[in-house]
Amino acid sequence: MTLATAPPRTRPRRHDRGVWFLVLPALIPILLLSVGPLLYGIGLAFTDSQSGRTQPTRWTGLQNFSDLLHDSLFWDSFRIGLVWAVGVTVPQFLLALGLALLLNQPLRMRWLARALAIVPWAMPEVVVGIMWRLVYHPDAGVLNETLRQLHLGDGTDWLAGLSTALPAVIVVGIWAGMPTTTVSLLAGLQNVPRELHEAAAVDGAGAWRRFRTVTWPALRPVALAMTALNFIWNFNSFALVYVLTNGGPGGRTRLPMLFAYEEAFRYGQFGYAAAMGCVMVAVISVLLAVYLAGRLKGDDQ
Amino acid sequence: MIKRRAGRTGQYLALVGYLVFLGFPLLWLVSTAFKPPRELATLHPTWWPKHPTLDNFRQAFDEQPLLHAALNSLLVALSSAVIAVLLATPMAYVMARHRSRLSRAATGWVVVSQAFPFVLVIIPLFLILKRLHLINALPGLVMVYVVWTLPFALWMLTGYVRAVPRELEEAAAVDGAGRLRTLVSITAPLLAPGIVATGLFAFITAWNEFFFALVLLKTPEKQTMPIILTHFIGAEGVADLGPLAAAALLATLPSLLLFALIQRRIAGGMVAGAVKG
Repeated sequence: MTLATAPPRTRPRRHDRGVWFLVLPALIPILLLSVGPLLYGIGLAFTDSQSGRTQPTRWTGLQNFSDLLHDSLFWDSFRIGLVWAVGVTVPQFLLALGLALLLNQPLRMRWLARALAIVPWAMPEVVVGIMWRLVYHPDAGVLNETLRQLHLGDGTDWLAGLSTALPAVIVVGIWAGMPTTTVSLLAGLQNVPRELHEAAAVDGAGAWRRFRTVTWPALRPVALAMTALNFIWNFNSFALVYVLTNGGPGGRTRLPMLFAYEEAFRYGQFGYAAAMGCVMVAVISVLLAVYLAGRLKGDDQ
Repeated sequence: MIKRRAGRTGQYLALVGYLVFLGFPLLWLVSTAFKPPRELATLHPTWWPKHPTLDNFRQAFDEQPLLHAALNSLLVALSSAVIAVLLATPMAYVMARHRSRLSRAATGWVVVSQAFPFVLVIIPLFLILKRLHLINALPGLVMVYVVWTLPFALWMLTGYVRAVPRELEEAAAVDGAGRLRTLVSITAPLLAPGIVATGLFAFITAWNEFFFALVLLKTPEKQTMPIILTHFIGAEGVADLGPLAAAALLATLPSLLLFALIQRRIAGGMVAGAVKG
């Protein structure tokens, strides 16, 4: 993205040194505490670094990666991570899009929906997890009580069931991220030229046609950026599921980050966990590249 | 006409469905926080506490060092927000005003930094901070939070700087004001609301953060709110529901209040970043 469109060389200016003075305060910590550790982390993936190791850390080449290739637990968690990320991102986007279109209409309870939408956004992820544990609680939870009153079931332990745990945490993921997506799409909708909409309506275009020809083209950049970022954030998420199930039952909700965290900070396998991080980054980079390619193609139209 | 009314009804139904989905968990959290133990330990929980009580809050403070955790969180969030904004504002100004290679690289880094899994960064940071004896120390966490909030702070602030008309600065320059003078007397005041919004956002982010705090803070007297909250959930996942809900509610209030102040600005900043980035 940065290299493909090389900027025209700006004329050297007299106050260029002043520019460096403005940039360095942020640049130095970024290089020391973000870019540096990132490179260090990638380096660690090629070593046998462990916590509390008495011998010096050794360079082991691709050993960690070849171990990872045969680590079925890791690939299980990777698959769960993909299911989770898609299962959260796609419904979340569709719901948020519908809701944003809805909240863009002059409806009476709009203010309430807008006000409520702030709450999950501002809540610590840990609190969201705790709150949904209360909702899903087999005895004292509101979900089972509702189902009991409707005679639809009794006392399912949603977060502990082998088949219910992943869907249950996915619902929480959707709940937690929907407001952010909605508000962004709503802000994007404000960019849609109203005159175009009215002109299309005068020409007799129905709601769907107006959405496809007027709203969506204007919304597309925001929508693509939101889904891509949401997918990445969801794939890398940790706190929500850590609080809800801690990866259980039987690893059914063990997202890659939870797996890597355990490997690094419970078993002290720093090198191996770093290799996991590298694999996660590699996959995400490919997805990001595909997304950016799609976005650039869209810009050509 | 009829079709139109049906459309409206459908819209309202959808809105109500959304409000239920969004609102019920929140309502349940609040309701649980005020329920006495007898109303919690039943197979048929009531929707709303019949005998509301503050005992859960009292018990929450007795069970875990909540006040201390809140102070730790406040300290960490405040310092990281102030430092992040101080560092980010000058760079954001440059990124917005100079379309140089540097600002493009920085924009690229903002995007990339959103993509890498924290585990790849936290292991080296853990090793570095350990060497500096900053494990289980709040300054270490502040360092991590500053760098972690910088990308988004830059992202938001760049949008705010672009919103300040360049013509105003040029006019000041024509009037003979120096570069620094222009920045201080023209740009800074117009930028102030954006800087405040960015700072509050960084504060909320740090206040809510869990993963880095979990890895870096070991002992209860150093831990922040989100970590202390998980202590209410026992090793087997069994929790004392009342105090858990009460503490969770308390942990949400600061960020909720601040967020209510700035949410419009953040939405604008995010979209500006997404569209122009």
